Amino acid sequence: MAILVIAEHDHTSIKAATRNAVTAATKIGGEIHLLVAGSACAAAADAAAGLAGVSKVLLADAPHYADQSPENLAALVVANAASHSHLLAAATTCGKNFMPRVAALLDVAQISEIIGVESTDTFVRPIYAGNVVATVQSADPVKVITVRATAFEAAGDGGSAHIEKLSAGPDLAQNKLVGRELSKSERPELTAAKVIVSGGRGMGNGENFHRLLEPLADRLGAALGASRAAVDAGYVSNDYQVGQTGKIVAPQLYIAVGISGAIQHLAGMKDSKVIVAINKDAEAPIFQVADYGLVGDLFEVLPALQVELG
Amino acid sequence: MKILVAVKRVVDYNVKVRVKPDASDVDLANVKMSMNPFDEIAIEEAVRLKEAGIATEVIAVSAGVANCQETLRTAMAIGADRGILIQTDVELQPLAVAKLLKAVCEKEQPQIVLCGKQAIDDDANQTGQMLAGLMNWPQATFASKIVVAGQLATVTREIDGGLETVEVPLPAVLTADLRLNEPRYATLPNIMKAKRKPLETTHPATLGVDVAPRLKTLKVAEPPKRTAGIKVADAADLVMKLKTEAKVI
Repeated sequence: MAILVIAEHDHTSIKAATRNAVTAATKIGGEIHLLVAGSACAAAADAAAGLAGVSKVLLADAPHYADQSPENLAALVVANAASHSHLLAAATTCGKNFMPRVAALLDVAQISEIIGVESTDTFVRPIYAGNVVATVQSADPVKVITVRATAFEAAGDGGSAHIEKLSAGPDLAQNKLVGRELSKSERPELTAAKVIVSGGRGMGNGENFHRLLEPLADRLGAALGASRAAVDAGYVSNDYQVGQTGKIVAPQLYIAVGISGAIQHLAGMKDSKVIVAINKDAEAPIFQVADYGLVGDLFEVLPALQVELG
Repeated sequence: MKILVAVKRVVDYNVKVRVKPDASDVDLANVKMSMNPFDEIAIEEAVRLKEAGIATEVIAVSAGVANCQETLRTAMAIGADRGILIQTDVELQPLAVAKLLKAVCEKEQPQIVLCGKQAIDDDANQTGQMLAGLMNWPQATFASKIVVAGQLATVTREIDGGLETVEVPLPAVLTADLRLNEPRYATLPNIMKAKRKPLETTHPATLGVDVAPRLKTLKVAEPPKRTAGIKVADAADLVMKLKTEAKVI
């Protein structure tokens, strides 16, 4: 029985989080198949075939998979679920959207956002915003799982899977995409960045946020993030938000500037390798998780930091 | 148009939960319970749709122990017209709740079911999508804006990297994200009024739903704690330590 990983892609390449889901699949053990559903997405299927550890790519190429509607995608996954022991997808907004629908149609539980694999039926997942981790066992005949990308290494390239074409399912036409507004940025994606510079309410306003943090982020090749307080105050749009209800990140270096460290924010970044906190309040809870704390006025520290970095 | 809103009673978001000494579960004894914050947003949205003349009735549904009545009263204080409690002491998992909601949907025939996008206790983020699948209805999850016109809902969704707008024909399941609205505070007169609103109690067996859990929790634990590191003197000290000690830049 093989494991089926549903790939997330932009029709030409495979999204980074899918590589982490493939690694989670290798930890479960067994043959790994990757499902690529899209429209004119042969390039994405080729990229999928090159992923290390993948033995077969299932390609469903039809116009009604272009927008990845959860209804069409779930129906396709269910139609191809037989002969697979596990169905995996990355716990991105796309995976979180269609996978529970798959589980319901198969009448099985979903195991959400796993961060560890204990055995073929036992998995570790965070609950209560990551303040507790639960080890859960599924007795269902097929395990439907979403994978927290930051908890697994990214699978590399070097595979040479063969591509098998699937016949497309019918277009359920239940969901029409009107448009997407994606933030354009030259910086790395938050969830894939090695370094993140994140600002909180201490930045004071949106102008300061951009003027002071962008040069630092650019110098370090970092992504920009924000606390919920900064987003709610309107400094930046909500796709910058790191935390329980925003993005979960685990970069090599996380620099929190003017962020007090509310529990909901810590839930989104506490697995970072090295945490730096810059805050004028020495009692701020962020210092309790920071490897390096700098108590000081960020309006003086940030320019000095820029000078030191050269 | 009827709107059904699913509400869950969860540990209040301000409570720091603790693991029981035998690691079997989280200790919920004497812990403050509240309505799941995302469900509060869902109720608020439904009430606003009623105030805008689009919905005619807002029904709040909760499944769980007898005390879920309190959660339903809160929903009615915000503006739901009536409540349905599906009472059981069995641990309910998302698939079971979705099946219970399906049974209620078949009876009540709502045009929209609104759920919070996830509950802050199990963080599963499943129930709305599962219900949509079981009903064979369209779904629009993680909504930050909902516009209903005739038999069509236009929903702006929060997705990785930005926003997406979709149109779904009704009936449909919509799930609320954080920025959909800011729920109102229930006023005292409305809290009093909510006590007199109808609350019907039913049971999973009456609805013909098997709610036995599918996942078994083997143990729970607190994650490894990060310990506070050191304080650095200034920017120069910080850069030096990041370069030579942490070696991350």
